[in-house]
Amino acid sequence: MKNEWPLWEIFIRGQHGMSHRHVGSLHAPDAEMAIKNARDVYTRRNEGVSIWVVEARHIAATAPGDKGPLFEPSESKVYRHPTFFDIPEEVGHM
Amino acid sequence: MYAQMIKTASKGVKTREEMTDQEREFQDKIDNDIKIEPRDWMPDDYRRTLIRQIGQHAHSEVVGQLPEGNWITRAPTLERKAILLAKVQDEAGHGLYLYSAAETLGETRDELVKLLHEGRMKYSSIFNYPTLNWADIGAVGWLVDGAAIVNQVALQRTSYGPYSRAMIRICKEESFHARQGYHAIMKMAFGTLEQKKMAQDAVNRLWFPAIMMFGPTDAASTNSDQSMAWKIKVKSNDELRQQFVDQTVPQIEYLGLDLPDPGIKWNEERGHYDFSDPDWTEFFNVIKGNGPCNVDRLSDRKKAWDDGQWVRDGLLAHAQKKSAAKLAAE
Ligand SMILES: [Fe+2]
Ligand SMILES: [Fe+2]
Repeated sequence: MKNEWPLWEIFIRGQHGMSHRHVGSLHAPDAEMAIKNARDVYTRRNEGVSIWVVEARHIAATAPGDKGPLFEPSESKVYRHPTFFDIPEEVGHM
Repeated sequence: MYAQMIKTASKGVKTREEMTDQEREFQDKIDNDIKIEPRDWMPDDYRRTLIRQIGQHAHSEVVGQLPEGNWITRAPTLERKAILLAKVQDEAGHGLYLYSAAETLGETRDELVKLLHEGRMKYSSIFNYPTLNWADIGAVGWLVDGAAIVNQVALQRTSYGPYSRAMIRICKEESFHARQGYHAIMKMAFGTLEQKKMAQDAVNRLWFPAIMMFGPTDAASTNSDQSMAWKIKVKSNDELRQQFVDQTVPQIEYLGLDLPDPGIKWNEERGHYDFSDPDWTEFFNVIKGNGPCNVDRLSDRKKAWDDGQWVRDGLLAHAQKKSAAKLAAE
């Protein structure tokens, strides 16, 4: 059965001005229907104010095997966090 | 439960010494509650077992729409009709979330649907029982979705990321299902004598099929050790069944209905209710295809799929034509 509708990934912006978040996926023949279906499936309880749909095959991703080289270097860079720096109390809030 | 008697694809749980490095690393992740994601390495048997379990779970959501859909046009009020419609629509969504989770494992939805239609995959035994009247619809929401919740809450902690996330989403929607069912039954139990009788009859008929949903006893589920080790299953059938009985008995008592099983008795020592075993011969018979509604359910599903074929084909052809025209114009 090669006639399966393509897979779309669905992103929804929630109520409170947050960015769009991935919520799931669905099959649809085209973008217009993907949006209609996403509205029916993913926003029936006030979950969203805006929908993005992207055909799944257009998403590029990092490989699980690259997790180490890509993300571990930042673990040792504690000076990137404000808590690394002790500021005397007399200085006040910073 | 919604996935009953899933044969784990494995030849027994391996000891750490028997595992390859890759398998040991995989098991460590599971033991540390690190979720397995679609593109991570996983043992073939883990993948196969998950496809079976998630697939069967998805089929149950979809087939489960049939006994309730049967009553949408006959709901007693417009409000009850709107509620039931919303509930049944949720179940379609649940099917979608689960098919999507199975797809991340490399199985297409069409293939899963085909396996169901060919009788090579199952759905929960509970949906092979009929819904004879409105009281049954209340009892199904309360007892059947109630049992499903017990199972699905546990499965939120399952090791496969997409399955776990589908469960979390589903659980958010499920408690509406159970509550609307209990509310409907409450109206009847506190209504006229005749209504109360209907409520009692529905509980009597659906009680044992509902506790069968958790699958055979632990002693008879020879296959689940590996699934537990992989956290594909999180709690045993008997544990989940006991939890369901414990939470449901007081709900039956509140309604002023008789308990559907004379064996139900509080056991002070165990701190749980004792209850009778369901008729396991009946259970295996229903699983084999000989329940009251097996034939109808499957033929209804096939008919819906076949009747929709021209719509799926037509929309796809239209989409392809549109994108070809757009390309030509560029
Ligand atoms: Fe459901
Ligand atoms: Fe439900």
